Amino acid sequence: MSPLKIKRGSSSHSAYDLRDYHEQTIERHTLAVVVDNEAGVLARVIGLFSGRGYNIESLTVAEIDHTGHRSRITVVTTGTPSVIEQIKAQLGRIVPVHEVHDLTVEGPSVERELALFKVTGKGDARVEALRLADIFRANVVDSTLESFVFEVTGTSEKIDAFAELMRPLGLSELARTGVAALARSKADDKPS
Amino acid sequence: MSEEQMTGAKMVVEALRDQGVDVVFGYPGGAVLPIYDEIFQQNRIRHILVRHEQGAVHAAEGYARSTGKPGVVLVTSGPGATNAVTGLTDALMDSIPIVVLTGQVPTFMIGTDGFQEADTVGITRPCTKHNWLVRETDVLAGTIHEAFHVATHGRPGPVLVDIPKDVQFANGTYVGPKDVKTTHYTPKVKGDIELVTALAEAMETAKRPVFYTGGGVINSGNKASALLRQLVDMTGFPITSTLMGLGAYPSNGKNWLGMLGMHGLYEANLAMHDCDLMINVGARFDDRITGRIQDFSPGSVKAHIDIDPSSINKVIHVELPIIGDVAHVLEDLLKVWKTRGAKTDGAALKAWWNQIEDWRSVDCLKFKQIGKTIKPQHAIARLEALTRDHPDRYICTEVGQHQMWAAQYMHFNDPNRWMTSGGLGTMGYGFPASIGVQMAHPDALVINVAGEASWLMNMQEMGTAAQYRLPVKQFILNNERLGMVRQWQELLHGERYSHSWSEALPDFVKLAEAFGAKGIYCDNPDDLDEAIKEMLAYDGPVIMDCLVEKHENCFPMIPSGEPHNKMILGENADTQSAIKEGGAVLV
Repeated sequence: MSPLKIKRGSSSHSAYDLRDYHEQTIERHTLAVVVDNEAGVLARVIGLFSGRGYNIESLTVAEIDHTGHRSRITVVTTGTPSVIEQIKAQLGRIVPVHEVHDLTVEGPSVERELALFKVTGKGDARVEALRLADIFRANVVDSTLESFVFEVTGTSEKIDAFAELMRPLGLSELARTGVAALARSKADDKPS
Repeated sequence: MSEEQMTGAKMVVEALRDQGVDVVFGYPGGAVLPIYDEIFQQNRIRHILVRHEQGAVHAAEGYARSTGKPGVVLVTSGPGATNAVTGLTDALMDSIPIVVLTGQVPTFMIGTDGFQEADTVGITRPCTKHNWLVRETDVLAGTIHEAFHVATHGRPGPVLVDIPKDVQFANGTYVGPKDVKTTHYTPKVKGDIELVTALAEAMETAKRPVFYTGGGVINSGNKASALLRQLVDMTGFPITSTLMGLGAYPSNGKNWLGMLGMHGLYEANLAMHDCDLMINVGARFDDRITGRIQDFSPGSVKAHIDIDPSSINKVIHVELPIIGDVAHVLEDLLKVWKTRGAKTDGAALKAWWNQIEDWRSVDCLKFKQIGKTIKPQHAIARLEALTRDHPDRYICTEVGQHQMWAAQYMHFNDPNRWMTSGGLGTMGYGFPASIGVQMAHPDALVINVAGEASWLMNMQEMGTAAQYRLPVKQFILNNERLGMVRQWQELLHGERYSHSWSEALPDFVKLAEAFGAKGIYCDNPDDLDEAIKEMLAYDGPVIMDCLVEKHENCFPMIPSGEPHNKMILGENADTQSAIKEGGAVLV
């Protein structure tokens, strides 16, 4: 520890994060990155992760402001605290990146993911799949006599759990969107 | 006049003019012909025809490092762009502002594997600070202005603008630099005043402080160097510098310890290891500096001034991270420290300096010039002695042993006088860089200290030097070896010298003469001074082939994987098994 009297503790500015550097536990963080919606911007972000050996667990990107040409990238990553700080600093260095938010440390946030499940089967398995779908509040968005397509929205853990249940019941295809996340409302939030 | 219709090609030239560009280094080709046609029809921007695109980028780097202005490169699509990649990476690693303009196949042909098509923005994305593919002529001028802004603001670096040929031919509206809507890219330059105050406080009580400075001081401009000198002189703290930062504090200054790092001076490295307050100003804790991370300066509080937040805590954890431009932060630091009474612990500093003098008395750079073979250290020491008093001297280097010897035995009293490839370690950098420096400073003495192997990597630029009558002095320390590779093989691989010698070398004198330049050969220590003087006196490009001791090793040295206090010193050093298993991978 520093012999100087320097305030410890984290602020939202990555470089001033003074948590224990030698902490080696792997943390999972959800980052929201607001970027100019221009050609190649996603390649820059992905290239940063692959080039510097960082992990991507999930990545979601779409335009959020057509007139302002802004997109929002939600990336779930894992690493030691110092690696997470590096990732944020490196993201901030990319020229078309406007904002980098670490939703995991910046206060409460909500995370949602959407998934589509195709479950094929007959008889009891088919009935059981429909029953479980109801428990998970999954919607049936397509159906044939031998299959359903379910839509499930929720946390990644909920989707994992639903997939585990569907697997023995004839899960034949699965598509997931990856995580989208927002910080929860604060008193001073204004419409953008 | 700032808004008018013109072709994209004319826009390029107009934008360069408005950015104050006087020299462009380049090589024409199919996809940039319209721009070359515009260059042909004007006289304000000078185009220097290199012999290989890599040479153009290194020349632009030399220009940028010696002037503080961005260097500009113009090359064609495909191979023109791919040949620029090494130079771009070099500039990225060393934070050198350059703007590279590349031609591209017409927009309607992109993606069809057209002739000389390459995904230039894709290839150069990881080796530029930012790059752009311009799809419409109307945004071309604005993009070029933005490119200059990004290259020169924040931590400087290389940028690239890829311009398809149809965009060059089409008409569009030109906008001047002032009419471009301001970019959001505005990195902060002022440091957090609370942290600056904490640093001033730490300086007041430090018993064994050291300034550790780097290329960031030079990039920040002359004001940063001036403030650094003021701060060092007023505090009386010792100061060392990385390879990239040489000249920011003068080597004849009384607090100067010499360069630190793997081949740095004994006193500098031990001061780093034993200090209690390390003030990093614009350096980045590179692995050639730190040695073994776990044992890096174990007892010190560390402050780090850097404009790039990603440099903070990347390698070494620091207690006082100050994000900002060196000049701005030093200005505040001086102000705060003076306001608080400009105090230091005088008694402790005196003891610290005594300790440093003890280390200095080891005289880690000593060597003996005996016999009829020139020692490379001697050659550089003589070059230094004979050029030291030149009022306008610039030194470039290639990469290897000669580079380290030049850093050790040559002295720099001003910033922007020393051009070398630090981060990337690009053999072949020095010769084209010397061309860029000489273009920027036509009347200056520009010397490239080279090894024969590095020099051969961009020897085609002899054509450029000869064409433009650039009096660059190529001082080649010829040991007929890849000296640094050979040294590592001696230390690490049981003296099995795998492919580390230079066979079938050219006769450098004849080579010079073949280009209409002057060649000088010297292999005798008694003739060395005369040969150097002859080189200096000649008004035109010179290659001096200086044959030196073939098996000389570069010392002092921190073996890789070892901490600062485990240095190997020169003469009679036991180099066998100096590098242990863990260190071998770090070479």
